[in-house]
Amino acid sequence: MLGCRKSGGMGEGLEGRALEGDGAGQRAICSPYSLLMSQPVIKVDHLTKRFGDAASPVTAVNDISFAVPAGTVVGLLGGNGAGKTTTISMLLGLLLPTSGAIRMLGEDMLRHRHRVLTRMNFSSPYVDLPHRLTVAENLTVYGHLYGIPGVRRRVAEIAEALDVTRFLKKPVGQLSAGQKTRVALAKALLNKPEVLLLDEPTASLDPDTADWIRTYLETYRDRTGATILLASHNMLEVERLCGLVLMMRGGVIVDRGTPADLLERYGRDTLEDVFLDIARDRRSGGAEPAADRVGDAAE
Amino acid sequence: MTNMMRTIGASARRVAAMVLRYWYLLRGSWPRLLELAYWPTVQMIMWGFISQFMATNSTWVAQAAGVLIAAVLLWDVLFRGQLGVSLSFLEEMWSRNLGHLFVSPLRPGEWVVALMTMSLIRTLLGTLPAGLLAIPIFGYSIFDMGLPLVAFFANLIIMGWWLGLMIVALILRHGLGAESLAWVSIFLLAPVSAVYYPVSVLPGWLQAVAWSLPSAHVFEGMRALMFEGVIRWDHLGWAAGLNAAYMVLAAFIFLHFFNVARSRGALLQTGE
Repeated sequence: MLGCRKSGGMGEGLEGRALEGDGAGQRAICSPYSLLMSQPVIKVDHLTKRFGDAASPVTAVNDISFAVPAGTVVGLLGGNGAGKTTTISMLLGLLLPTSGAIRMLGEDMLRHRHRVLTRMNFSSPYVDLPHRLTVAENLTVYGHLYGIPGVRRRVAEIAEALDVTRFLKKPVGQLSAGQKTRVALAKALLNKPEVLLLDEPTASLDPDTADWIRTYLETYRDRTGATILLASHNMLEVERLCGLVLMMRGGVIVDRGTPADLLERYGRDTLEDVFLDIARDRRSGGAEPAADRVGDAAE
Repeated sequence: MTNMMRTIGASARRVAAMVLRYWYLLRGSWPRLLELAYWPTVQMIMWGFISQFMATNSTWVAQAAGVLIAAVLLWDVLFRGQLGVSLSFLEEMWSRNLGHLFVSPLRPGEWVVALMTMSLIRTLLGTLPAGLLAIPIFGYSIFDMGLPLVAFFANLIIMGWWLGLMIVALILRHGLGAESLAWVSIFLLAPVSAVYYPVSVLPGWLQAVAWSLPSAHVFEGMRALMFEGVIRWDHLGWAAGLNAAYMVLAAFIFLHFFNVARSRGALLQTGE
């Protein structure tokens, strides 16, 4: 683990507190070089998902492989129907792959997902929390589901950190989109996850709220060394947050690299232009196939 | 041993968390709480008056006052037991919450135990007031049955659970389009459950169907107790055995369709 430093010890965790359990208090925050050398937290091998019957199958994800080192924020980029949500669903175990393998925190997700589910979490604007329950009730229920000690204290902590304390007694259904997103993030961070999977975390938010969420995620990653995989359409968000980017189109990872690599490779000034090049299949700058670059599963 | 205790403790906590989730929902709405007791009470009152009328016109009813009230209250145990499972499940579908639940450490089996626990709570909240009200209104106490009442109740609610679980499995497979099954499927079983009349009334071939259901054995057992004052252990044994077999079958069907839902991505697309 060359170049790594330990963080999250006493008094150093998120919100200035020690992280609890599962060695979370000793997570490694690593330099980019050492990240490549470290064991991947997420490792995906030849993952494929087909829907429909054998006569007319639709391939949503087609033989993708990648690895995500600890402490990295990885962006999963692609247009609608590129396979991002399908990939995240498979990583979470909500969707069974047709073939391939997924290892999360060293465990086989297809066989032993329950060994690691307490150490990860997820948020998506497409999956709701029960609308009739208050914010406090929702967070309390999920606190118990994740086996968090001192649920009431933890709910108060995370509510304060995400500035939702004043909504705690309000039903989730009565919150605005921005407030709901904060509450969903509070639920996703309740168990201080080592791996956080986010599906379009700032979709349909105003720029101020979106910026607030991004800042919070940056802070969380910096303080805890958590690994974050986020699917997004927002190129500015990806440029700001992500150390690695996986570009998807038609269920395939068509390119990957750091935002700077991709800008250079495509000879573009913004990631949005790179996105358009890829979405419209306009390869420029002699971009090479994605193999053997940062994030490949084959290291 | 310590590890096993820890695992059981964590599992129990997740079950309790889900029961808490449904309890929060229930206590947050007084119309929902009222609705639980409303139908059983209305049914009990209606059948109570029918009983009073028939007691003067039917020697059969006159032999055992309260047989129709007991039947309607026990039928409601079955109906509420089934609804308790399928409605709690539907709450997750309506609130599009399944995705969050199943990326948490909650296991399908723990969820099912929580659904059953909630079904027991809802059934008691629904039928107890009706049973108690029958005492001052009609001078009939179902609790006079004593311990056999516990056996009847247990068998009927367990039948409600496996029926509810099969309905949940079908909704997982076919989506909310199959939602109405939660409300109507139980009534298909009512005629062959012989709730208000003996199984012998049914045509021969239908009697065979009736004896394959735990409910028919329970209601025959209830009538034997009320008319003859005997506990029919054979009926209780059949009811318990059939319940065990159907519960295993329902668990298998539920787990199968849960995996089908995971394969089809239905856990993420469960909205209306």
